[in-house]
Parts: sequence; structure tokens; C-alpha cells
Amino acid sequence: MVPLSWYLILSAILFCLGVFGFLLKRNIITIFMSIELMLNAVNLTFVAFANYWNERGLKLALSGHVFVFFVMVVAAAEAAVGLAIIIAVFRTRETLNVDRVNLLKL
Amino acid sequence: MFHQVLFIIFGLICVAGAVNLLMQRHPINSALSLVVVMASLALIYLLLGAEFLAAIQVIVYAGAIMVLFVFVIMLLNAGAEEHSPGSKIALLMGVPGVIVLGCLVGWIMISNNKQLGGVSISPTDFGGPHNIARLLFRDFLLPFEITSVLILIAIMGAVVLGRRSN
Repeated sequence: MVPLSWYLILSAILFCLGVFGFLLKRNIITIFMSIELMLNAVNLTFVAFANYWNERGLKLALSGHVFVFFVMVVAAAEAAVGLAIIIAVFRTRETLNVDRVNLLKL
Repeated sequence: MFHQVLFIIFGLICVAGAVNLLMQRHPINSALSLVVVMASLALIYLLLGAEFLAAIQVIVYAGAIMVLFVFVIMLLNAGAEEHSPGSKIALLMGVPGVIVLGCLVGWIMISNNKQLGGVSISPTDFGGPHNIARLLFRDFLLPFEITSVLILIAIMGAVVLGRRSN
């Protein structure tokens, strides 16, 4: 028996580390990976609450798993489009540093 | 007891991988530590009785998405991160804000530990493919079909953006 709060604290720690990466890293690919880390932290919360409510007899508790499934699908689509944007930016700017990509114009 | 030990081991691996992601200056090292985070999260999903999601986490996240990241890092020949001053406001407001928010969430969770209760390894086939599929193809059929349109749009967007312009 693991307390539910442990899972939620682990999820909060991972989310905060993702936000730190987003704020402090300067490489655009690493910033993108921090966003994936935040999505994973939220997924952990969904799965933990699905199991929690299933044990307490809620019928629709499994829909938490379905939400995680949809988050994964959206993350995959986002990764494909985002990495294509990174390649397009790199072709014109020759850099991956976000501080040097400060104009939207390609 | 065994459950708690397993949770602590995989949780520590998870946090260590996430910290390593922030510490490394080379993006390929960050990508590999993100694979460690995702693999240990898959094991934590197994502890929560989500067998299907654990498999999907390894196949889709640690497999497909991270291969895409590593491929782009190799393609762009990304070297070590450059040092640049960055945004002052992110450093002065963002970092303390996140620390305060994280401590607040942790404190609320710890102080409400008793009322929240716990989770255990479910003996039944709770998060197996059978139950997920029944829910996904019955109650969530319309969102499922809409995601296929979303993926089609993402494919077209990736092709258009990645194309070499004349």
C-alpha cells in the first residue's frame, strides 16, 4: 500500500523539473524535451487517480487511462510537427539557441 | 512493504533521470536520460495496474518519440549548448515561483496524507487491453476518430514544414 500523495508528489517534482528545464535551458531541442517531461508528469497523476478511484468502486475510473492514451497521441503529433519546425528554423538560422531565434520571420 | 520499496526505487531513478536531463549540456545526453525517465515511469504504471499504458509508454514514448528526437539531434549535428545570458525575468520570477508552487503542492499532499488514503496493486485485470478497448471503442469512439484526423493533419504539417523550399 503506497499513499496516493507519494505519487502526486513525484508527479509534482517531475513537473517542476520540466518547468525548470523550460525556463533555464537555451537549446531548443532540450526545451522540447522538457515539455515532454511535463506531459509525462501529468500522465502519472491521471494513472494514479484512475487506480485510486477504481479501488473505491467508481465505474468510470478507467477513463483516466483513456485520457493518458489521448495525451500520448497528442504528444506524438506535437513532437512530429515541433521537430519539423526546429528543422525549418535551423535551415534559416543555422543555430539551435533560442536567444538567437527572436524573430518569427523565417 | 514490497510495493513501497519498488515505488521508491523507480521514483528515485525517475527523478535522477530528470535532474540529469537538466544538468547535461549536450542534447543527446539529455535525450538518453529522458528515455530513462520514461522507462521508469512505465514501471511505475505497472505498479498502478496500468499494463496497457506501460506497454504503450515504452513503445510510443521511449520508442517512437525519442527515436524522432535522437534522429533530429543527429541530423542537425547539434553540439553542446551555448552559454547565453537568457531571460532575466525567467530567472528572477520563474524559478522562485516554481519552487514555491512545488513546496506548496508537497505540503498540501503531506498534510492531507491521512484523508487521501493509499493505492495498492489491484488483483484484477484493471488496466489491461481488454477493458481499455471496450471503453475506447464504445464511450470514447468519437474522440478516438477525431485523433486520427489530428494525426493526419500533423503528418501533413510535418511534411510541409520539413520540405526544402525552392
